[in-house]
Amino acid sequence: MKLGLGPLQYFWPRERTLAFYRQAVSWPLDILYLGETVCSKRRELGTRDWIDLAQELAASGKQIVLSSLALIEAESELGALKRLVEEGGLMIEANDLSAVQLCREREVPFVAGPTLNVYNHHALALLMSDGLRRWVPGVEQGHALIAELRAAMQAEGKAMPELEVIAFGRPPLSFSARCFTARALDVPKDQCGFRCIDYPDGMPLATREGKPFLRINGIQIQGEEVTDLGPELPQLRMLGVDVLRLYPQVEGMAEVVAHFDRARREHEAPAAIGARNGYWHGEAGMSGIATDQAATFNA
Amino acid sequence: MQLVCPAGNLPALQAAIDAGADAVYAGFRDQTNARAFPGLNFSDEELRRGIDYAHARGRKVYLALNTYPDSVRLPIWHAAVDKAASFGCDAIIAAEMAVLDYAARTHPNLARHLSVQGSATTAPALRYMHERFGIARAVLPRVLSIQQVERLCEVSPVPLEVFAFGSLCIMVEGRCQLSSYVTGASPNRHGVCSPAKFVRWDEHADGRRSVHLNEVLIDKFEPTEPAGYPTVCKGRFDVRGEVFHALEEPTSLNTLELLPRLAQAGVAALKIEGRQRGVAYVASVTRTWRAAIDRHTAAPDKWSVQPGWQQELSRHAEGHQTTLGPYHRHWH
Repeated sequence: MKLGLGPLQYFWPRERTLAFYRQAVSWPLDILYLGETVCSKRRELGTRDWIDLAQELAASGKQIVLSSLALIEAESELGALKRLVEEGGLMIEANDLSAVQLCREREVPFVAGPTLNVYNHHALALLMSDGLRRWVPGVEQGHALIAELRAAMQAEGKAMPELEVIAFGRPPLSFSARCFTARALDVPKDQCGFRCIDYPDGMPLATREGKPFLRINGIQIQGEEVTDLGPELPQLRMLGVDVLRLYPQVEGMAEVVAHFDRARREHEAPAAIGARNGYWHGEAGMSGIATDQAATFNA
Repeated sequence: MQLVCPAGNLPALQAAIDAGADAVYAGFRDQTNARAFPGLNFSDEELRRGIDYAHARGRKVYLALNTYPDSVRLPIWHAAVDKAASFGCDAIIAAEMAVLDYAARTHPNLARHLSVQGSATTAPALRYMHERFGIARAVLPRVLSIQQVERLCEVSPVPLEVFAFGSLCIMVEGRCQLSSYVTGASPNRHGVCSPAKFVRWDEHADGRRSVHLNEVLIDKFEPTEPAGYPTVCKGRFDVRGEVFHALEEPTSLNTLELLPRLAQAGVAALKIEGRQRGVAYVASVTRTWRAAIDRHTAAPDKWSVQPGWQQELSRHAEGHQTTLGPYHRHWH
C-alpha cells in the first residue's frame, strides 16, 4: 500500500509551505499532491511557484501530482489550470470537469479527485478512456459503494485504476462562491486581506450549544473531526485500496505519516488516532451520531 | 427566453402550464431525482397525464434524473431514461455520466440537459459534457456572477439555463456533503437534503423553539422570530464567540432585476426552483415571471421592474427575503 500526501487545503505562509514540503519529501510517502485546490486568491505560492516546487520535488523520485481547484469560476483560474496541465509535465489531480477536459484534450494522464463525482463503474470506465489513472472516491462514498463498483468492473472484464481513499484528515464537505472566512470576519471577499492565513487548520464553527461541528476554510467547509481509517486498514487491504491519502495538518504531520507507514507494514490494525469515519460504514459522516435512520437510507 | 417551472405533482404541473410556463420539470417518485421528498413527484400514470396536458397546450416537459446512481442501482436510472423516452418527455435533465451516456446511446433523439447538479462552471467543462454526451443545454450552478454568466454565454458550446428564482443553494450543487455528514442522507445519492424525518422541533416553556437535525442543533428561535427549514447551510452557529448565520441567511434567490442582462447575454431559459412548493407558489411565481418576460420581449427598452412583481415574489421567498445571491459580487 502506498502513502499519498493529499493537497494542502489550508492557506499557510510561503516559507512554512515550502519548509513543510521540503521536509515531507523525506517522509515515507510515495506520492505528494501539490497545488491550491480551494481558493485562487491564495498566492503565497502562485501557479509558477507550485510548478517549480513540484518539479524540484519530483527529482526525489517520488510521484508528484499537481492538484487543480475544485471550483473554477473566473477566466484567470482557467488560465492557471491550463498552465498546470501544459507546463507541469506531471500528472494532474482533476478536481472538476474543466481539468478533466483540459487533460483529455492534451492527453495528460490524471487522477480523479474527490470532488469529481464518480459514483459507479460506468462513469469510472468513461473517465479511464479520457486518461484517468487513479481514482479518489468522494468523501461520502464508503466501503459498500466502492466494493460494488469494483465487482461491477470485474463483471464487465474491466481493470480497476489505482484506488486511493482518504484515510486521514478533515473531510472536505462543500464549496461555495462565497468565502465564509471573509464573512465571519465581516470583510468583503474582494478585500479579504487573505485572513485565512491566520487559521492554519481552518476556523472552528460550533453549534449554539458550543459543540464543535464544522471548520470554515475560505470557500470550503470541512467536518470538524479529523477522520482516521487506520482501524479499517485490514478491510481496506481486502478491498484492494492502493493508496492511503493523508491530508496535511499544521501540527504533527510527520508523526501521522510515520504512524501510517508502520501500520501499512503490520498485519493488525493500528489504534485510532482520529475520529471514526461514518461515511466509510454507510452512515452519517460525523461520528457519534444516531445512525439507525441513516442506515435505512443507504439500504 | 424560455420559462422553466417546477412541478412537484400533477396539480402543480397544470398550474405552471396554466400560468404560462414554457416548460415544466418533474421527477419520478423515487431517488432518481434531487427532490425525493415524501408525498412529492409523479407515478408513471401521472407523468403521462402531465405530458398530455402540457403537449396539448404546446408546452414541454423535462424529466429530472439528476442524482448519482451507484453501480448496483444504475439499472433503476436506465429504466427511468427508457420511460422518459417512451412517455414522450421533451428532455431529461441529468448530471451523472453513466446516465447521460446511456441516454445518448439508447435514445439519441431524447434531448439531454445537463443538470445544475453536474457542476459545470466553465467552457471546458461544458465542452466535455457536449463532446462526450451531446448535451443540448446546461443548467449553470448558482455560483457565478452575472459577469461570469455573460462571458460563459459567449463561449459555451450549448445554450444555457440559469436559476431565476427560488431557494438558494449556496454551495456548488452536486458537491455538497453537509446533509450527508449529519444525516447520512445525501442530495447526490438519495435526492434529499436534510430530510424531514431527521428534523426535531422542541418548544420550550418560555415559548422559544429549537431545531435539531439528527441531534445536531441547527438553530434556536425567540417566540416571535420566524423559523426557517433547518438545512445546515441556513442555521446559526458560533464562530469566534459570535452567533450568526455563518453560511447564509434563510433567503431566496431573485434575479428579476437582471432579466434584461440575462436576455441580452443570450441565456436560453430561466429556471424557477421549488418542486417541493405548493400549487399557490408555482402559479403565482410562474405568472409573475411570465408577465416580466413578456413585457421585456414586447418592449425591451421600456422594461423596468414593476413593484407588484417584487411584492408577489417576496411573498413566496424564504423568510420573505430575497437576494441576488452570487450574481452580485457583494454577496460573495
